[in-house]
Amino acid sequence: MDYVPNSDADRAAMLEAIGVQSVDDLFRDVPAAYRYPHLDLPAPASEMEVLRELQMLSEEDVDLNHAACFLGAGAYFHFIPSVVDFVISRSEFYTAYTPYQAEISQGTLQATFEYQSMICALTGMEVANASHYDGATSTAEAVIMALNVHRRRRHKVVMSPTVHPQYRDVVRTYTQGMELAVVGDDRLDHDVDELAMLCDEDTACVVVQSPDFLGRVIAPDRMRSLADSVHRHGALLVVVANPIALGMLKPPGECGADIVVGEGQALGNALSFGGPYLGFFACRQEHVRRASGRIVGETVDVEGRRGYVLTLSAREQHIRRERATSNICTNQALNALAAAVYMSAMGRRGLRRVAELCYHKAHYAAAEIDKLPGYSVWSDDFFHEFVVRCPRPVDEINRYLLNEWGIIGGYDLGRDYPELARHMLLCVTETNSRDDIEDLVEALRELGEEGVS
Amino acid sequence: MKYEFDPTVRYAKTHEWARVEGDEAVVGISDYAQDALSDVVYVELPEVGSTVQQGEQCAVVESVKAAEDVYAPVSGEVIAVNEALDETPELVNEDPYGKAWFFRVKLSDPGELDNLMDVDEYREYVESEAE
Amino acid sequence: MTEPLIFEISSPGRVGASLPDLDVPEAEIPAEWVRDDLPLPEVAEVDVARHYVRLSQMNYAVDVGFYPLGSCTMKYNPKINEVATRLPGFAMVHPLQDPDTVQGAMALMYELQRYLAEIAGFAAVSLQPAAGAHGELTGVLIMRKYQQERGEAQRTKILVPDSAHGTNPASTAMSGLQVVEIPSDERGNVDLEALKAYLDDTVVGLMLTNPNTLGLFDEHLLEVTRLVHEAGGLVYADGANFNAILGICKPGEMGFDVMHYNLHKTFSTPHGGGGPGSGPVGVREDLAAYLPGPIVDRVVGEDGPGYVWKMPEHSIGRVKSFWGNFGVMVRAYTYIRMLGAEGLRATAENAVINANYLQARLKGTYPVPYGDRTCMHEFVAQGEIEGAPDVRALDICKRLMDYGFHPPTMYFPLIVHEALMIEPTETESRDTLDAFADAMLKIAEEARTNPELLHEAPHSTPVRRLDEVRAARHPVLRYRSRA
Repeated sequence: MDYVPNSDADRAAMLEAIGVQSVDDLFRDVPAAYRYPHLDLPAPASEMEVLRELQMLSEEDVDLNHAACFLGAGAYFHFIPSVVDFVISRSEFYTAYTPYQAEISQGTLQATFEYQSMICALTGMEVANASHYDGATSTAEAVIMALNVHRRRRHKVVMSPTVHPQYRDVVRTYTQGMELAVVGDDRLDHDVDELAMLCDEDTACVVVQSPDFLGRVIAPDRMRSLADSVHRHGALLVVVANPIALGMLKPPGECGADIVVGEGQALGNALSFGGPYLGFFACRQEHVRRASGRIVGETVDVEGRRGYVLTLSAREQHIRRERATSNICTNQALNALAAAVYMSAMGRRGLRRVAELCYHKAHYAAAEIDKLPGYSVWSDDFFHEFVVRCPRPVDEINRYLLNEWGIIGGYDLGRDYPELARHMLLCVTETNSRDDIEDLVEALRELGEEGVS
Repeated sequence: MKYEFDPTVRYAKTHEWARVEGDEAVVGISDYAQDALSDVVYVELPEVGSTVQQGEQCAVVESVKAAEDVYAPVSGEVIAVNEALDETPELVNEDPYGKAWFFRVKLSDPGELDNLMDVDEYREYVESEAE
Repeated sequence: MTEPLIFEISSPGRVGASLPDLDVPEAEIPAEWVRDDLPLPEVAEVDVARHYVRLSQMNYAVDVGFYPLGSCTMKYNPKINEVATRLPGFAMVHPLQDPDTVQGAMALMYELQRYLAEIAGFAAVSLQPAAGAHGELTGVLIMRKYQQERGEAQRTKILVPDSAHGTNPASTAMSGLQVVEIPSDERGNVDLEALKAYLDDTVVGLMLTNPNTLGLFDEHLLEVTRLVHEAGGLVYADGANFNAILGICKPGEMGFDVMHYNLHKTFSTPHGGGGPGSGPVGVREDLAAYLPGPIVDRVVGEDGPGYVWKMPEHSIGRVKSFWGNFGVMVRAYTYIRMLGAEGLRATAENAVINANYLQARLKGTYPVPYGDRTCMHEFVAQGEIEGAPDVRALDICKRLMDYGFHPPTMYFPLIVHEALMIEPTETESRDTLDAFADAMLKIAEEARTNPELLHEAPHSTPVRRLDEVRAARHPVLRYRSRA
């Protein structure tokens, strides 16, 4: 099946109108020796057969309909109201291109404007863009923006060791040609005060995450004093935030952040094995011309009616080419739409409720686990993820949880922090019932007492 | 000729002007330049205290569809920038030789002014460019 | 027709979603952590549904009609793709699950890596980049690192033809390399003499879109890739226009060393109003070690074959969290399985026939600068109509909306005056192409007899021409309550 509507007769008539004998004549510029290669691909199949094949393939995976999930670490399992998938399944949205022609793209444009407005509300910032690829690339774009705010005259970035390890990797990948030193994340015990001390006159920005990769919240007064100290050196404070946590936590914009970024997946986007997600990106008004990515603005049409357009385009690659703020072109519009619909449906009260459910359930789970012999929870200053020191290697525990209890356990922190071998990062959301949590606690108890079979 | 020319300034080939006032100079872009850009929506100015070099990029003017570099017509330290352009970039279209000055420099080499054109030379230059 | 903002239909106390009761004891929340207010809308589910359905109706889309947006390959998006990607085994799996529990998803990724490599003639593919521009940055970083590791750090320039997409120079600049623009010749090819003049030991490589943005297959392609290689450079293929040559030729066999694919163009995944996309990168054998990762590898153990994550040895590093836009990969995989080799070739052939047919129908009325050549999947006409000196490409595009069509890409490529870049794709019938051509001819007539009709177009859209200058001079980028 090739989705081509034209028949052989249509093609013959068209070739005649073009004035060529055969289709081959249209490919004469392709060097003859390389024309029409063999492609070693499986034979095509009917829709029914392909769907059956995919179904079978997908059933090889353990999906979260069939397991309780306590795994987070940057991707979060939250309930998605049905109206979200309903809206993003409207093909007027999902089969449109980037809204270059505003008159016939008001749907995408207005929805994006609403998304930007909601991200501003959530983060306490003045401007948000239409999205980046994910939390990691959004963080990298924030770092590059900070370099550009300083007109590339500063060559250092101070990075907290508890920014998501993959985000730190991506920042380094993106900036490898920029003669930039990324410092501060070499030691896990670098806290906010020590990061502040690393900041100097050559520092473009300091990047912290709250709740951090280990789940801990940076208290607003500590964030404010960090911001003050960063600003004293003329640097910017970049905060990586969790949008669900912002349903209840003080927004970084009220604590002195200059750029707020993060992973927006938790806002109504399926886990989907890691993507597509969206990176949200918000900053202060004064820096908007240095921001990257699409931005939608409000204006009027020739009859004075309100409408929306892509704006501040002179920052972008299609106009400024090698001097653009970024090369980004396609972003994650449909994921941003899902986030907007999710935030609308949840609204002022619902999003706070989701945050509180996560918080209380996670703290309940942590308290119960902390009581178990052999286990200890690091600290209680967390939102919905916490570190547990375990009596056994984490992969051993996870294998037992899955095989014996049908539970997907936490993240093995030893993978990123050698000093945290046998430390597990557990995540609890509103999707985890008390029964799930009690099963987890019971399973960990058994494992702690009896060992693994 | 539909463009305005200010006889009190000297012009660069890249269409910037400089008006000397004592040992300082005020810098902007010409009427011809603003017309070519059409509606100016933003001007990115140098920082006060920075140094600009004659012939080197020092500012950017943006329209909806373009971003054009502005080159310093004279060298020196930037001692003031026109903050009104932030809120009202349209001044560049309305009054390019007056209210839409870009920045003021302390001239480091007044001799450089000889590299610029006077109004008659510039008018001729624009006419030849327009053809 | 306008629709209020969702904030403007908010009413205190409404909630559009239901949540379970708390079933555990409450924990204490430090008071100083808690925000004072969360100014999100308060609306019921019905409000949400209606608001966004009404917004959707203000959008033009492939499922609404013909969308010949040049360089964007707006083909029909098969519906099986949407079903496949929502299968719980794909949609409801966490990226950090133990590989043993996601062998189905990893098998799909492994096969897609293999299919893409085979289709374009490369040795290895990374699926991690999220979009075309992301793939470009990845590719340029690979080229840079390769040159550095073989002791050629003095190579700092990337050559980019003047017809290239803006992302090419922007990606190059992001990688810390310098862009050198090279001209096209009078037949739309890379100017060989200019190329030779720039090729020396400071060149990392050349980025080439082929077919190029004029819709032309470079007539000296093999010469171009040979010259770059002789100078020690690499050749990067911008795969934006890959639809034209699916099953017709393999870039990897014709001297391209690195290429990005746009799954959201060539491989039928929907654009989503501006994403998500997916921009996998393919490379020749000796560059495979530089790919971003992890990528999926297949190993045969005691229990038979299985899939594992593998970080390439000299990797430039991660370019994205997790593994890439998996949901988009499922759609592309599904598409390739449906088409097979013969379907892919039929896709390219029909895309090229459709473009040439439209070019033939418009050529007498609209100038086509390279119209003496057959085009590939797209062609560039000019919005300059004899007898209508004041009418511009923009006016023609806006008027097309009144006829129910999405306009072509306009004012690109930059090297063609008043460019109208038209890409019909293979999924359009002759009837649709005829209807579009008829509208274009009618508009040309209107341009001569009633130009005002074009200057004031569109007339029938939800809003009419919008004031972009106002939007950019005095940006209003978020809703602010009037209260």
